[in-house]
Amino acid sequence: MRRPRFAISSVVWLTLGAAYFVIPLAATLLFSLQSGKNYSYNLSAYGQVIHDEEFWKTLRLSVVLSLETILISLVLLVPTAYWVHLKLPRVRPYIEFLTILPFVVPPIILVVGLLKFYNGTVHAPLWFLESPYAFLGSAYVVLAFPYVYRSLDAGFRAIDIHTLTEASQSLGAPWRTTLARVIIPNIRAAALAGAFLTLAIVMGEFTIASLALFTTFPTYINLVNSQQVYEAAALSLISFGITWAAMIGLLAFGGGPGRRRAAAGAAD
Amino acid sequence: MGSEGPRRLGHLVTAVSAEVERPGPNGSGRRRPSLAWLGVVPFFAYATAFLLLPSAVVLIGAFQDAEGGFTTKNVSEVIHTPQYRHAFQTSIEISLVTAVVGGLFGLLMAYAAVRAGTPRIFRHGLTTFSGVAANFAGVPLAFAFIATLGTLGIVTKFLDNHFGINIYQHGFSLFTFTGVSIVYLYFQIPLMILVIAPALDGLRTEWREASANLGGSSFQYWRHVGIPVLLPSILGAAILLFGNSFAAYATAYALTGGAVNLVPLIIGQNIGGDVLSNPHLSEALAFGMIVVIGVSMVLYALLHRRASRWMR
Repeated sequence: MRRPRFAISSVVWLTLGAAYFVIPLAATLLFSLQSGKNYSYNLSAYGQVIHDEEFWKTLRLSVVLSLETILISLVLLVPTAYWVHLKLPRVRPYIEFLTILPFVVPPIILVVGLLKFYNGTVHAPLWFLESPYAFLGSAYVVLAFPYVYRSLDAGFRAIDIHTLTEASQSLGAPWRTTLARVIIPNIRAAALAGAFLTLAIVMGEFTIASLALFTTFPTYINLVNSQQVYEAAALSLISFGITWAAMIGLLAFGGGPGRRRAAAGAAD
Repeated sequence: MGSEGPRRLGHLVTAVSAEVERPGPNGSGRRRPSLAWLGVVPFFAYATAFLLLPSAVVLIGAFQDAEGGFTTKNVSEVIHTPQYRHAFQTSIEISLVTAVVGGLFGLLMAYAAVRAGTPRIFRHGLTTFSGVAANFAGVPLAFAFIATLGTLGIVTKFLDNHFGINIYQHGFSLFTFTGVSIVYLYFQIPLMILVIAPALDGLRTEWREASANLGGSSFQYWRHVGIPVLLPSILGAAILLFGNSFAAYATAYALTGGAVNLVPLIIGQNIGGDVLSNPHLSEALAFGMIVVIGVSMVLYALLHRRASRWMR
């Protein structure tokens, strides 16, 4: 058979796709380089941004929230996924249901329920509602469920945890050692994939943060836009850079192409 | 599996030999099987506290009156108020449009990238970029499009200055149904590419060869083999896109601030605290959203089961 060539229709579709995706980014870059008055191109919008204390404050808050969310979801989900694969295969459908439920109950609905249930009176103290690390952190772990669990689930499917566990225990290792030194090194790529996806989600989460009245990085961008449009464009590009870095991290450290499917996220 | 084997064994041996000298504090205590369920308690407790209870509060609240008694008044108010009915209609329309258009373009681009003859680098490039774009949504995405196609956007002004076409005088506006759809496609198309690429990989070259050997044309191959095999995957992916757009809040909020009447935006305005004659109204609206998303997820699960038949 003759070798298939690079079809013309493929070239056309890929070029169209590239144009649709690149033009808004290039336009945002050009827009952010304009100074308000005489349309000369310069970096003043970026200068404004990095000299704004709020920028660093909100960026820091969002980064800390991301790390907190990653830590809690891994501590919660790694042992759970391991245990379910090892001992409780019959519970797996329930866990799968609960970890997919955040797609059925999207952030806009979750925040309605969270604000009503944890309104600082009956079910939780007021500080829970007022602290971004408590309120947003708790919500973001739920938003991360689908990504982290699916990624870990794929990781656990790919290794023979029964043999690994039995081998480890027959050599005398206690559970703690088996988990920390045998299982975790083997699912590290899956855990990292979940972690980078979570980073991308939390760094961009606007709905819950804005409706619960917290000023995180995304809500700060929205705030800036009401007075300084060029700075908002610069911030949008910075935000795109963060998402891009998280995805590069996912590809570099998060294992093979099988895990790339996990990147199919719910946008917001 | 095979190539990874020795490395795993290495981890295992180094890990265990270090520990074997000193038996752990609970090394001898084998757990009784009847207590195995204790291991999943933390996860279920967390999911109950921050997912199930808040969701239950919304579902129950949708059917409560001001005194806490049962009523269907809230839901019927949503159904019978033109503004809310219109919001559901617009939300569903925008989701359908972006699911169909995004699904079609995503499918064509994914096929262009994975088909035989296209250099592999395009495939890697496209899936990597799709991973970024599918997760790049919300406020920054809205502003990127305002900088591009807004009244002062780069492309808007370029068309005006160089071609004399003022798109805003020709009826275009970014802050309308059409504008929101164009922006949503920026995350819908990449999501389609990510979801459908593995299904396209499942189309085996042998099927195409078998069809050709039997004298089938390219059209006949797609008509009798390709499309029937792919159809459940395509429909499933389209439903995923539908739900994705239906639930989106941030992008539409940052883009239009409520000028387009969408259900998530109304819920957001109600939380924001204005105009509340009935405090259970946002819960009733949220209930409506859960019904729509729930129905589409059930459809998705059914289609996914059918699609995975060919995926082995």
